[in-house]
Amino acid sequence: MSAPETNGDVLVATGIRKEFGGLIAVNDVDFTVPRGKVISLIGPNGAGKTTFFNMLTGVYKPTAGTVTFLGEDVTGKPPHAITARGIGRTFQNIRLFQNMTALENVLVGMHARLKANLFNSILRTPFVRREEESARERARELLEYTGLRRKQYEYAKNLPYGDQRRLEVARALATEPQLLLLDEPTAGMNPQESAEFTSFVGHLREERGLTVLMIEHDMRVVMGVSDRVSVLDYGEKIAEGSPREVQQHERVIEAYLGKAAVEDMKRQGLS
Amino acid sequence: MSQQHPPLESPIEQWGDDAPKDVGFRNQLRARWRALPETQRIGIVAGVELLVAIGLFRLDHSLGYAVLTVSLLLWMRRLPPIPWKLAAQAAMVVVFLAFGVTSLAALLAIFFAVFWVPVRYRQWTMAGVALLVTVFYPFYASKMFTIPVFGVWPDVATGVYMLVFIMMAVGLNIVVGYAGLLDLGYVAFYAIGAYTAAWFSSLQFANHRWHFGAVGITKDLAGIHVSIWILLLAAGMITALSGIIIGLPTLRLRGDYLAIVTLGFGEILPQIARNGDNLFGTGFNLTNGPNGITPLDSPGFGSGVSNATGHFLPANYLVCCHTTLLGHQIQSTDVFFWTAVVLLLITVFCSLRLQYSRLGRAWIAIREDETAAAAMGVPLMRTKTWAYASGAFFGGVAGAYYASFKSATFPGDFFFNISVFILCMVILGGMGNIAGVIVGAAFLAYLNQEGLANTGQWLNTNIHFIGHLHLPGSDQPGLDVPLFASGIYGLIILIVMLFRPEGLLPSRRIAAELHEGVHDAPLYDAQHAGTEA
Repeated sequence: MSAPETNGDVLVATGIRKEFGGLIAVNDVDFTVPRGKVISLIGPNGAGKTTFFNMLTGVYKPTAGTVTFLGEDVTGKPPHAITARGIGRTFQNIRLFQNMTALENVLVGMHARLKANLFNSILRTPFVRREEESARERARELLEYTGLRRKQYEYAKNLPYGDQRRLEVARALATEPQLLLLDEPTAGMNPQESAEFTSFVGHLREERGLTVLMIEHDMRVVMGVSDRVSVLDYGEKIAEGSPREVQQHERVIEAYLGKAAVEDMKRQGLS
Repeated sequence: MSQQHPPLESPIEQWGDDAPKDVGFRNQLRARWRALPETQRIGIVAGVELLVAIGLFRLDHSLGYAVLTVSLLLWMRRLPPIPWKLAAQAAMVVVFLAFGVTSLAALLAIFFAVFWVPVRYRQWTMAGVALLVTVFYPFYASKMFTIPVFGVWPDVATGVYMLVFIMMAVGLNIVVGYAGLLDLGYVAFYAIGAYTAAWFSSLQFANHRWHFGAVGITKDLAGIHVSIWILLLAAGMITALSGIIIGLPTLRLRGDYLAIVTLGFGEILPQIARNGDNLFGTGFNLTNGPNGITPLDSPGFGSGVSNATGHFLPANYLVCCHTTLLGHQIQSTDVFFWTAVVLLLITVFCSLRLQYSRLGRAWIAIREDETAAAAMGVPLMRTKTWAYASGAFFGGVAGAYYASFKSATFPGDFFFNISVFILCMVILGGMGNIAGVIVGAAFLAYLNQEGLANTGQWLNTNIHFIGHLHLPGSDQPGLDVPLFASGIYGLIILIVMLFRPEGLLPSRRIAAELHEGVHDAPLYDAQHAGTEA
């Protein structure tokens, strides 16, 4: 583990901005993720949450602003380099390697942590053999941890939906991240599965010392596990604070329910 | 997705199992057929087979026998293994022995024996038997039976040609089958390999004189002459290097765009070869232009190594060999053949090792979903470039070896059609699966070298109206089948794509992809990507 930032923030994004032609998807957002916390990013559809994620992970290059991870400027670095530095992610619409087995999916996740190259792979040197063996062992442990051990030889596409979500997390964990980005991890889950997932995220933080940043729509999950909630609307950060504070924040209610609803609530003395 | 309105963009799905069962003429016919009692079905099939066999027997006796043999083989699958299947197989072998077709009897015996091996060991047994059958090919090639329509078995020189093309197909398979990069300019690597061999083992650079390990030349011969074994390696490395140089700017492109750029590259290199006798107008003769470079030094190990190994490794391939083994006078072509087998084995070995390595997994991951692969820490450019370079390496080695075998290299050997030809081999056999690629490549290479000519001959002698056809522009009656080669390969690929898009022996993964599709929406394009939030 590299030395933590002075003020204990794993990730600092300053003035980050993304324009698609004339559309400003993310507008000068400042954002910090403190070490060992679970941060949720919420906001209405089209608020720019996934675009923000994609800039943190290098899929998009920010139009302006900088992203600093563990004290190092990673703005505009390619995705694999950012993954190698310790940011793991899952996707909103599951993007597993469909025609690879669960085990192979996790092994691809370890790519950046393995050292075998073209030449010693052909010769299969003792080093490569040992590395491959221990990688498989670790992959099985991760599958065990996510409850997929018995399905290690199943093709990803044949797994039920919930298991595919778990496999995505297992694959992201295989990159040995310090910061885990989850993009709508409970989308499509029933309340029971969501509750299980909430406690799973808690375990991740406690047992693995992971920092988690997640986009989430399910308020029960958000309120249940987050240390801090940030709200994006029209590409701007409109509120930030503890789950309770954000819940009562006027602009948040406005963003979700509209201005009329807020005035209505005010008239009725609710807020 | 409603069953009545299958989506237009995926025609394969329409013909899948979820197609409505009772709609359409074909499905109705199929349902009626299934409704027949089994005895009737067996009777009809057997009857049709017998009729076809008799009809073809009147055309060409051996073809009738062949159809009969194949249908018997198919029926034998239904017999209980012990004792009936065993007895039937033994009977078949004995019948052929009795009729004096010893070679066919032996072939069938080997074929049957392999299928009695327990499933667990079958794959390895098959590979081993295939290797043995190949290695001993020069000993029995001339004694083989005549195949109906296709004629005699390919001679050993054709065997070398087939092995070289199999090697290239296995190399291209790394690029196309594993990493999913469509390369339409593979011939360029073949050309670079061939010219590398030619430059350093001929009189091309006659104002230099540098000898290093080359055999069969006099001491004061002009030109650069390097041992073929060093050249093979050097050709591979130079080709891999050029693969990297071309790959770095082009591999950023996706799918069709990459195909177009590689196509251009495959067009440029032969033109350079053709016009390289006056390179860029400088008067420097690099490639000797359309005349090509010929002759090349003969391969060989030199008398030192040859004596040390008790003449097992020949000193000079061209003046080889004066030994008789198993009643067969060993020719120099045989030695070329065995060397090609060794080179192919090395290629297959490397290819297999890579497939199940960290890099191989990354290639497949990129083929499946580039964005996800990058997010999991796979460096796209580097990984793709490695695929390109390793594919190029084997193409280069194959090219160098083939040039050395032909003792010549001409710019006309490296046209676009060769790229497509090699790609066809990969597609026909089954992308991603080495056994499939080998089978596909062997078949197409054979067709190109001997098969089409033999088939044409058969057509012209046995089918009256083809034999007396008078086509405009030809002064002889009959059909010159090899002229239609490209059309025939196109037809083969068309049929394969329609009925078995995954190839003859597919890899399980690719078969699944072709039938269900992969989602690989481009996302890794910072500037033009759409909004998603």
